[in-house]
Amino acid sequence: MPQKKLALIATKGTLDWAYPPFILASTAAAIGYEVQIFFTFYGLQLLKKDLNLKVSPLGNPGMPMPMGMDKWFPTFATAIPGMEAMMSSMMKSKMKSKGIASVAELRELCQEAEVKLIACQMTVDLFDMQPSEFIDGIDYAGAATFFEFAGESDVNLFI
Amino acid sequence: MSDYSEKFDATGLNCPLPILRSKKVLSTMNSGDVLFVIATDAGSVKDFDSFCKQTGNELIESSESGNQYHYYIKKA
Repeated sequence: MPQKKLALIATKGTLDWAYPPFILASTAAAIGYEVQIFFTFYGLQLLKKDLNLKVSPLGNPGMPMPMGMDKWFPTFATAIPGMEAMMSSMMKSKMKSKGIASVAELRELCQEAEVKLIACQMTVDLFDMQPSEFIDGIDYAGAATFFEFAGESDVNLFI
Repeated sequence: MSDYSEKFDATGLNCPLPILRSKKVLSTMNSGDVLFVIATDAGSVKDFDSFCKQTGNELIESSESGNQYHYYIKKA
């Protein structure tokens, strides 16, 4: 049986959106897939050495809040300075208490499993980011490189 | 209860860690060896079944006892 392939595009740089690409990639690799993730725009945050990912309640009516706050807390109040930091640290401690892996841990598992991580060169340049900000062992490339792998993949997802 | 050659305690771990770490242990074992996994993640019941179907490893036994899930996986 030929090895299956999974191609992912990761475009978001928040704590909640960091999970889908790394969970799917690490699990697919464990099942035997060859996997590549192409990180573009805000997804580049997921490749930073210093992962300081946050989750924002602002403009996110689907986000559950503690103590039923989502029922009475006015939408505009989610813009109060400090709300984002508070919600992010609450989310992180909740994840830890439920035995959910950290993003850094899942990313390491991906690298151990030889998931290929590719940073979009165009957005690296656009945001004036430096390779020194990113973890080691990643590639820098463009859309054509993505299609070289995606074109022969069994599963392609845009996240 | 079956015999096993390695045991992995995945209690308290949540998706996808029970699968990822079990896979790591399996990769250190020989073909035909049996891995015994204990988990508490309810989602792992279907996940271990799917994992084994897709990797060719044999799920010899999948059972629930109390709040724990037990899996015996024979390495392909």
